[in-house]
Amino acid sequence: MSADKSLLRFLTCGSVDDGKSTLIGRLLYDGGLVLDDQLAALESDSRKHGTTGKDLDFALLVDGLQAEREQGITIDVAYRYFATPRRKFIVADTPGHEQYTRNMATGASVSDLAVVLVDASKGILTQTRRHIAIIGLMGVRHVVLALNKMDLADFSEARFKEIAADFRTTAERHGLSHSVAIPVMSRDGDNLVTKSTRMPWYKGPTLLEHLETVEIGSRASSSMRLPVQWVSRPNQEFRGYCGTLAGGTVGPGDAVRVLPSGRTSTVKRVLIGDHEVERAVVGDAVTVVLADEIDISRGDVIAAPDTSLRVADQLAAHVVWMTEQPLLPGRPYLLKCGTQTVSATVSAIKHKMGIDTSESVAARRLETNDIASCNLSLSRPIVFEPFSDCQVLGSFILIDKLNFATAGAGLVDFELRRASNIHWQSLEVSKAARAAAKSQRPCCLWFTGLSASGKSTIANLIDKRMMSLGHHTYLLDGDNIRHGLNRDLGFTDEDRVENIRRVAEVARLMVDAGLIVMVSFISPFRAERRMARELFQDGEFVEVFVDTPLEVCEARDPKGLYRKARSGQLANFTGIDSAYEPPENAEVRLDGASGDPEALADTLMHELTDRGLV
Amino acid sequence: MTLPSHLRQLEAESIHIFREIMADCEKPVLMYSIGKDSSVLLHLAMKAFHPGKPPFPLLHVDTTWKFRDMITFRDETAQRLGLDLIVHINKDGIEQGISPLTHGSSVHTDIMKTQGLRQALDAHKFDCAIGGARRDEERSRAKERVFSHRAEGHRWDPKAQRPELWHLYNGRHRPGETMRVFPLSNWTELDVWEYIALERIPVVPLYFSAPRPIVQRDGLLIMQDDDRLTLRPNEKIEQRRVRFRTLGCYPLTGAVESEATSIEEIVAEIAAARASERQGRAIDHDSAGSMEKKKQEGYF
Repeated sequence: MSADKSLLRFLTCGSVDDGKSTLIGRLLYDGGLVLDDQLAALESDSRKHGTTGKDLDFALLVDGLQAEREQGITIDVAYRYFATPRRKFIVADTPGHEQYTRNMATGASVSDLAVVLVDASKGILTQTRRHIAIIGLMGVRHVVLALNKMDLADFSEARFKEIAADFRTTAERHGLSHSVAIPVMSRDGDNLVTKSTRMPWYKGPTLLEHLETVEIGSRASSSMRLPVQWVSRPNQEFRGYCGTLAGGTVGPGDAVRVLPSGRTSTVKRVLIGDHEVERAVVGDAVTVVLADEIDISRGDVIAAPDTSLRVADQLAAHVVWMTEQPLLPGRPYLLKCGTQTVSATVSAIKHKMGIDTSESVAARRLETNDIASCNLSLSRPIVFEPFSDCQVLGSFILIDKLNFATAGAGLVDFELRRASNIHWQSLEVSKAARAAAKSQRPCCLWFTGLSASGKSTIANLIDKRMMSLGHHTYLLDGDNIRHGLNRDLGFTDEDRVENIRRVAEVARLMVDAGLIVMVSFISPFRAERRMARELFQDGEFVEVFVDTPLEVCEARDPKGLYRKARSGQLANFTGIDSAYEPPENAEVRLDGASGDPEALADTLMHELTDRGLV
Repeated sequence: MTLPSHLRQLEAESIHIFREIMADCEKPVLMYSIGKDSSVLLHLAMKAFHPGKPPFPLLHVDTTWKFRDMITFRDETAQRLGLDLIVHINKDGIEQGISPLTHGSSVHTDIMKTQGLRQALDAHKFDCAIGGARRDEERSRAKERVFSHRAEGHRWDPKAQRPELWHLYNGRHRPGETMRVFPLSNWTELDVWEYIALERIPVVPLYFSAPRPIVQRDGLLIMQDDDRLTLRPNEKIEQRRVRFRTLGCYPLTGAVESEATSIEEIVAEIAAARASERQGRAIDHDSAGSMEKKKQEGYF
């Protein structure tokens, strides 16, 4: 049976054409790890797609997806598995093309070590520095410089030493304390598995020797923390808390504190699968039974009593943006940290990393592959630790609330104190009492649609009719609010998000005060209308889509704005050069093209009566 | 029995994935395909939810061409563990008389497996299918996520995959969309067998060497499991000592000659092997990138 081998996870990165896939392919081939039928497939592929003439194209062993085999570049993260008598390896092969920075961050997040390829004829490029910065940011501590294509530098020791020194300085600046440099020639296999005869001056280990022997310390916290993943209650007698130990060890008799509640208890039993164990260690998937009945659910963290874990709803963090939709401050995302999921917005982008990684650049939004230092504001406090102290409770992903794509990744730097000093003042007169005093059901009617679609006209009619029925209403109109509360905002996407955030908060306060509020705002983005909706209770928010085709609005053009936008005098105009995302599930859709506002107001009043709001 | 550290890590990672499914998915199902990987998958699911039972049923998409030993083993396993087993057969395919012998591997696989799987997922409104695929099996699998998102209609877009960082899996999806989750992503064939040996996990007897009725066809050693496999001119049945490295539809699954009759012997054989396990699969040889094409259409 197999010996107790350790597992090393590493990634390879480098610029385009530095030969990453070739290096891994060659490593596997020279290590005798390519099997006969795979070799036969490689020979046939090399003839069809190869870029190396009659020789085997080792990159084809690694490049998995058909599209990229034809393009000749790696477009995603590919994982390879191999083992030598000393160690097992999981390799994340990640692309060097600049737009795929996100994939490198992904590969680095699951790796203990990084192999950075550099072309000896080119030396350290701007892109190489960026790769090193990402590796350092993601918490990888060990890095290897594989200085490739040494033939192009005449196998020169001086050239090697010069580039290795430059590399070491850059690596140290980004917190990569353990760095090693190896001159290689991956096409021919020099210094990968066997020592190169063409570089006798190099006395260090081959790449494989180094990978087999390098000692990797743990990145986990030494103090016990168990983020609760799932509560196991198969019957009345058993209540266990399941999760993967993110730090330390746990066994029966240990005292614990549960966060965020702060309740304490003692561990009664620990199970790994169906085995009762005396002690489980970091990385084990456990089920813990406590001595006391405490209310614990997914997202809570069971920790050592003297824990340094923090609980906060305002954080400073580094964010790596990964999706094509830009990150806009104020737009809400789901934040998942450990087993906790909350709603979160970036409240401020402090600065982003420039292309030359040593400079900081101001930014009002983040685009794909941007890395920035940000402040985040969460819908409720989470249990966390700085990333440098605990990888599991210091890392998070941001999820798009509309399509649930993973939009970004983050690393917590520290908590911001602000929130803990501002407490919610609970009011003694409730919303229900205020509403009862006015004999009405407070609600928010949210009118959305293009400019000149008829939103404000219809909202005005509704306002008058409600008034005549004795209701206490108020109309928040986009143009009017921009004269006062939002006079500092323009029409960029960032400002549109903030525009909606403010008016949504105002509408909420008014509904809280017992009013029926009409909001008439173009509100072009689904994400912000959804954010507004989430501020209200079920049934309080009625989205009214005034659906008027662009041609009709443009023909009406009462303020001459479309004309200005078309002639280029007005930028970021919705429908012309700024997007309008129509609602998918509005409570009410009004056909604005009919041009009869009174009839549309009738339709809406009927709808509101049916909903018991009038 | 204490596991070696790499298996302990892999086991923990898989259990973590199983438990994470429960946070994001309403109605998961475990794709039980009866082979060794499914045996390990099921064993891990039992561990993840112990002392309870896994909170999802098993689904077998039966092409009606599986080895008879597989079907017996499948039914015994579900009964032994007390789990719900759903068996789905694509009735349209049966009516059309689809067979791997007359229609070839790619039509048969598409209709009986891919279409059959989609029918079953849709009929039961499962929003998450848990499978035993490993990334080391095939190159396009090497890029598959652990939590893999499928658009409506079960389509997989390899260019629109969600980045997967740390162990922060994202299984959220809109109504009509589904997830495929692969808890064994990081296991290799050798890991699977070592784990089966150490944990004493039952597997189908076809994995062990025995004298079996074999015909040599298209470079594969095919076992005559029933009389639907008729001989072509110049073919003959021979009794040969063989075993199977993977199990699928018997007319599409090649045996290997082997003397390995115990798990320990299998482990030793694989550690020394010079060919990958999928060499005996007719399905992979159809065309370049064939697995990737099948996956875009919804094959597991």
